[in-house]
Amino acid sequence: MSKTYLIVTEQRDGKLRRVSLEALRAALDCAEAGDEIHAALLGEGLDGLAAELAGYPLAQVHAIEGEELRHYNPEAYIGALAPLLEALRPAGLFLGHTALGRDLAPALAARLSAGQISDVTAIERDGGERDGGERDGGERDDGERDDGERHGGQIVFVRPLYAGKAIERKVFTAFPQVVTVRANNLPAAEPRRDGGTAIVAKRAAAPVADLRTVVREVVRRTAGKIDLTEARIVIAGGRGVKSAEGFRPLEELAGLLGGAVGASRGACDAGYCDYGLQIGQTGKVVTPEIYIACGISGAIQHLAGMSGSRVIVAINKDPEAPIFSIADFGIVGDLFEVVPLLTQAFRQALA
Amino acid sequence: MNIAVLLKQTFDTEEKIVLRDGKASEDGVKFIVNPYDEYAIEEAIRLKEAHGGQVTALSLGPARVAEALRTALAMGADEAIWIDDAGIPQDESAAAEAIAAALGQQSFDLVLGGNFSVDTGGAQVAVRVAAALGLPHVTSITKLTVDGGTASVERDAEGDLERIDVTLPALFTAQQGLNEPRYPSLPGIMKAKKKPFKSLTAQDLGFTDGRTAEAARTVRISLSLPPGRQAGQMLHGTPQEQATALVGLLRNGVRTI
Repeated sequence: MSKTYLIVTEQRDGKLRRVSLEALRAALDCAEAGDEIHAALLGEGLDGLAAELAGYPLAQVHAIEGEELRHYNPEAYIGALAPLLEALRPAGLFLGHTALGRDLAPALAARLSAGQISDVTAIERDGGERDGGERDGGERDDGERDDGERHGGQIVFVRPLYAGKAIERKVFTAFPQVVTVRANNLPAAEPRRDGGTAIVAKRAAAPVADLRTVVREVVRRTAGKIDLTEARIVIAGGRGVKSAEGFRPLEELAGLLGGAVGASRGACDAGYCDYGLQIGQTGKVVTPEIYIACGISGAIQHLAGMSGSRVIVAINKDPEAPIFSIADFGIVGDLFEVVPLLTQAFRQALA
Repeated sequence: MNIAVLLKQTFDTEEKIVLRDGKASEDGVKFIVNPYDEYAIEEAIRLKEAHGGQVTALSLGPARVAEALRTALAMGADEAIWIDDAGIPQDESAAAEAIAAALGQQSFDLVLGGNFSVDTGGAQVAVRVAAALGLPHVTSITKLTVDGGTASVERDAEGDLERIDVTLPALFTAQQGLNEPRYPSLPGIMKAKKKPFKSLTAQDLGFTDGRTAEAARTVRISLSLPPGRQAGQMLHGTPQEQATALVGLLRNGVRTI
């Protein structure tokens, strides 16, 4: 019997988040011929986003509008999604493993009595690698994929344990299934090439009686910035930056390359930056294309949070720093000298 | 105010992972209270100190988790509940079901837990417990103020700050920055030995032989180590030459630049 899958998409600054398209990729990888994939979009003023989403390989886009959905509120979101879940009875839900996804997915899973596999970095079938290895995946075309390949075989979800010190493979034993995907690991789904569009179904969120949770204010400290966990390029600073000011050259390089700035716990503990930037076992785990570690010695907890990066560059005064043992390219030198030179060299190369 | 704290014992973050028989070997491994759960314990004790009441620390796991619970008691929690994980599947839905069943035996104004655990990192159990108990939840909080029947919290959402009011009872998960956890004091450690310590089994919580398999909705099929990273190329020359060389290497090797 054919199944229905639902992607709960996310927007940021009015733009669809790339991780939601990576979640769609995960659903496409799990779906068999005849299955339908739907997407839910929640918020206010969704027409433009709904139209954009309709250009992807989806059966339907459900745009649910409501004042209480302007900011994420788990009670309001669950209330708004409830009639849709009731109508679709999805076999699987797919979300990004983001602040919203981490909060909403287990709440929906509990509601559906579903299992959940979180923070998925690859999906395999019949033991063969299907994703993760193809991180740039731009040339893949859903229409041309061999349907025969999709039939049979168990779908295996790959996820990191101990912040990447080990890798776990998990399967579901029952439906429905809830999956959250880590940003930057699965290739994003591509728009349909046949020019067709999915049906857009608009509905107003049913008011939720007696909301116990009220979002009073959202202070956008990251407006216009690239989210660390989604960034393709991360420039991270450690104790070697010496002060809050010391992050300036890193910010300049990140700005030039369209990347994000991160930090080691040492830099956060020293008060040079906010804990929101911390990368490591007790912090964010990042898997960018390029990770440039500046003045970071490379404690095991930090390595756990970034060693899945595709290319690692280390800049450190100490030639014995452990970070060099895992770096693809190492520069022994003072970050305050090297980073501005690097910015200059990139500026020339990109000009 | 009655406060429950969910805590998990995890490998010390300094531990390397060694596999034996398809599992992470526990030989010689140092265990700690999951760092995010430490913030939850500290916050619970501070709330008790400010408003009075009782703090119950609860943990699910093998017998060794008693050590983590004693740490919580030594920090200032009043009683501990250990759920023996024998007979409870290692799946977040089953864990949450067991914990919710244990908490359901008492009533709490607040339930606190960590943002996620640094070992399995599923970030599921606390929110599932809230759902099972019918409580509203806010995850990843960095500030908590209780005034009567309402909690005002600040939440970290990928760097953005959300200010949220929640009617109690409710569940919250702690993010770094919430507080600075205290160390257990020597008198605290002595007192901890006399505090109530309750043990519950899978059967006490309704996991009978027939229901155990049903409670697991996911299952691990393998555990492996990630491919090791080798040291790569050290660049040479003047800083200027190294910077130019690196830009060339990154542009040729990585298409995103």
